[in-house]
Amino acid sequence: MSSVYSPVSLDTALSHGLTPQEYEQILEILGRTPTFVELGIFSAMWSEHCSYKNSILELKRFPKSGKRVLVEAGEENAGLIDIGDGLAVCFKIESHNHPSAIEPFQGAATGVGGILRDIFSMGARPIACLNSLRFGDLSHPRTAQLLDGVVRGISHYGNCFGVPTVGGEIYFDPSYNENPLVNAMAVGVVEVDKIIKGAATGAGNPVFVVGSSTGRDGIHGASFASEDLSEASKEKRPSVQIGDPFKEKLLLEASLELARTDALVGMQDMGAAGICCSCSETPARGGTGLKLDVDKVSRRESSMNAYEICLSESQERMLVILKKGKEHLAKDIFSKWDLHADEVGVVTDDKLFTILENGNVVGQIPADSLVLGGGAPQNRREHARPAHLDALLSFDPTHLPDPDDWNEALLALLKSPNIASRRFVFEQYDHTIGAATAQGGGASDAGVVRIPGTQKGLAMSVDCNSRYVSVDPRRGAALAVLEGARNVACAGAIPVGITNCLNFANPMKPENYYFFHESVTGISDACVALDIPVTGGNVSFYNESASGPVRPTPVIGMVGVLEDVSHHVGIGFKEEGDFIALLGSIGPDLGCSEYLAVYHNVVAGAPPKLDLEANLRLIRLLPELAKQGIVRSAHDLSEGGLAVAVSECSLAGNIGCLLTFPWKEQVVNTLFAESQACALVTVSHEQWPALKRAAEEHVVPLQMLGRVGGELIAINDWITLPLELARDLYDNSLADSLGL
Amino acid sequence: MREVFHKETDLHNCTGVLLPGGFSYGDYLRAGALAKMSPIMPAIKRFAEQGGPVMGICNGFQILCETGLLPGALMLNKNLRFISRSVGMRVENSDTVFTKHLWQGQIVRMPIAHAEGNYTADPETIRQLEERQQVVFRYVDPVRHDAPNGNPNGSTNAIAGIVNASGNVLGLMPHPDRAAENIIGSADGFPIFLAFAEAAQSATRVEHSF
Repeated sequence: MSSVYSPVSLDTALSHGLTPQEYEQILEILGRTPTFVELGIFSAMWSEHCSYKNSILELKRFPKSGKRVLVEAGEENAGLIDIGDGLAVCFKIESHNHPSAIEPFQGAATGVGGILRDIFSMGARPIACLNSLRFGDLSHPRTAQLLDGVVRGISHYGNCFGVPTVGGEIYFDPSYNENPLVNAMAVGVVEVDKIIKGAATGAGNPVFVVGSSTGRDGIHGASFASEDLSEASKEKRPSVQIGDPFKEKLLLEASLELARTDALVGMQDMGAAGICCSCSETPARGGTGLKLDVDKVSRRESSMNAYEICLSESQERMLVILKKGKEHLAKDIFSKWDLHADEVGVVTDDKLFTILENGNVVGQIPADSLVLGGGAPQNRREHARPAHLDALLSFDPTHLPDPDDWNEALLALLKSPNIASRRFVFEQYDHTIGAATAQGGGASDAGVVRIPGTQKGLAMSVDCNSRYVSVDPRRGAALAVLEGARNVACAGAIPVGITNCLNFANPMKPENYYFFHESVTGISDACVALDIPVTGGNVSFYNESASGPVRPTPVIGMVGVLEDVSHHVGIGFKEEGDFIALLGSIGPDLGCSEYLAVYHNVVAGAPPKLDLEANLRLIRLLPELAKQGIVRSAHDLSEGGLAVAVSECSLAGNIGCLLTFPWKEQVVNTLFAESQACALVTVSHEQWPALKRAAEEHVVPLQMLGRVGGELIAINDWITLPLELARDLYDNSLADSLGL
Repeated sequence: MREVFHKETDLHNCTGVLLPGGFSYGDYLRAGALAKMSPIMPAIKRFAEQGGPVMGICNGFQILCETGLLPGALMLNKNLRFISRSVGMRVENSDTVFTKHLWQGQIVRMPIAHAEGNYTADPETIRQLEERQQVVFRYVDPVRHDAPNGNPNGSTNAIAGIVNASGNVLGLMPHPDRAAENIIGSADGFPIFLAFAEAAQSATRVEHSF
């Protein structure tokens, strides 16, 4: 590596991943050649990962405001939603795909750590985590190893930190063979008057780096995340950071204790691009400058230079700005929790980020020029519809032969890796810590957690069917939002907002960018229809390897509120004799279905019909049914259609069912179509009239299907499946086929 | 009730001590091994030796074993993974200060969440624990009580919780604290806290000389 004092040229810039135009721009901003330290900082801050340079113009199309919104997306680390009683909820999802591809355990662990810091740097106490994972084909040699490492990493970090992991999703597809997706979401709650801002204000105020010491791990992690994965990526293993969840727990307690004093001005977590990111974003937000003396930063290795200190992505660190004269408060609190608190600099009024080493200025950059929304590049990218989509969309599944045996078809679906129980995985996540989890750990549409000190609950879920998105991105992305909303509504909650993690391939290729552009439109359309904002999120481009791009995967993290957590509803059938009813209508929605993929080995056809109005009516009805105590269980239809949904309800409740349809045709659609805007509910005999009335009022179609009871899953003379047989396949297939 | 920080050295005249779950010191080295060295531990040890009621849940149980207040050790789960699930436990001894509100043979349900819960001791210790009825809770399948898969972590004799010989120190891996109200799935743990609170209230204040 060149020394801090090496002269910089265009070649140095190119080797840092900057383009010639970007280098020109840097020369213009500085009015001179940058120093080596400055160049490193520009390359990290202007990387795709930090600057969102190829996505921000699209992201501006998301609806961000609403009557519950206290802080909009982009203003702080995460948006804030008012949930009444002086409380706000903040939540965010982020990717850690590339680190996890190279080093699955630490990659996933630090992904969890990073998103938790985003939440508690705002003063919020994290109350739940979720994750959304994508892996390659089960037969691919790396899949089992990647999955095992990622799950252990999430388990290691989340469990030790002490936050329950209450939900998630896992899908498998060959496109993720080399490039798995690891998206972690965290949800926190804060008293509205205790919100911490990520701004450096008040010239003369001292600036601290608190938490862990700074090492050489993760240097250029942000740039690493901003290129395609290749064989050479393995050499970047040092770009993967090492997590210490116990230190993060201490950092949480110390940060929240500091937030309760009158000493705090601002706080910003250190994630991508470490010190240089937090030291440029906080003054940029505050309209100030910041002078940093790298010699005062606690280091793990004595020989580290300014370049390395600025770019290190060592975990479990925060930047803290205090009121002058209150320094002792921070020192006392952090020493109580055995953490470093180094006074490393001062807020200035010159709007410059100045770096001192050995008393010399080794870098001085206008803070605003480094950050998103300031001087960082914003590019409009071309998008072009791939020609192969027409053929995929026009595929007509009605010409395919029906299975000879519907039981066999259902069994094949129940053991499909995309449907089979994730018990093997979620049992490794502590979902009960905090003694507040009303629903979590698998058998539910959404995790439900009580908000400490209140009767309220939050329901949350993560969703994306990337098969739909890969054929019709606008519709697929909208359906992901609606699925999330149905999930929290089934649990009894009213959706209040989404975060999203937009996982796409190289944005420089117009055919890739088409999927991104269309997905943004689909998400916006669905959010507008539901009247909920996008509170923030993350874009992860360059998810492709030599074998091609991953499926476009815009993961939606949905959060809903229950005014009374005791009203929450699970998916499991409850009582023998209860009526089973379908809300919504099933149509010929076999395109891109799990049935086609599993039984006919086909991924094609138009994704299920998108009916925003029908979804909206159902999503309004479900929490009402929960609140009035009308339904005993609720589960929306998704992958595998009605047959899989009833099986899941039976297995979760450990009780059978008997369903009768008054027709003999359209069996395949009835059983396996993935029609949206549908939910299965159960009610007692006494509550049937109330359900009927409510469905009529909300203009949602209602159809009586049968009763709960027995030890069989039975549907007409099509399906007769002993519960124990279904359970054995459903519970054990995933771990068995992975050999874990 | 008050929290006592691990760096303190004095129990402030507490009449009962609860060592909760969690990852003390990150469970680095070995669960409970570092907590054993923390400044508050000598006071807890004296308190227990003088007969004060002490209950350790999960990591608390691991700390009690590391400290020697309870016999045996908690090794890595048999499957070498963290396990988070609801389990059944049979009350094997309802004649302790902690279990007097449960009945002999009662099956209670509560979550476990640990990587190191595989209770192990030498055969002689196990024999004594069984003989003296110090095994207070034993894992059973919550549905079919005699099913072989009731033991989640490979514990010897499916031991889930034990008391010391004098009966004033309880350690258990399952979490009664996460099963003390119906909204979180089970209230089976509540009677244990009720009994513990009563024991703490009625305990004569131990004279502290530190």
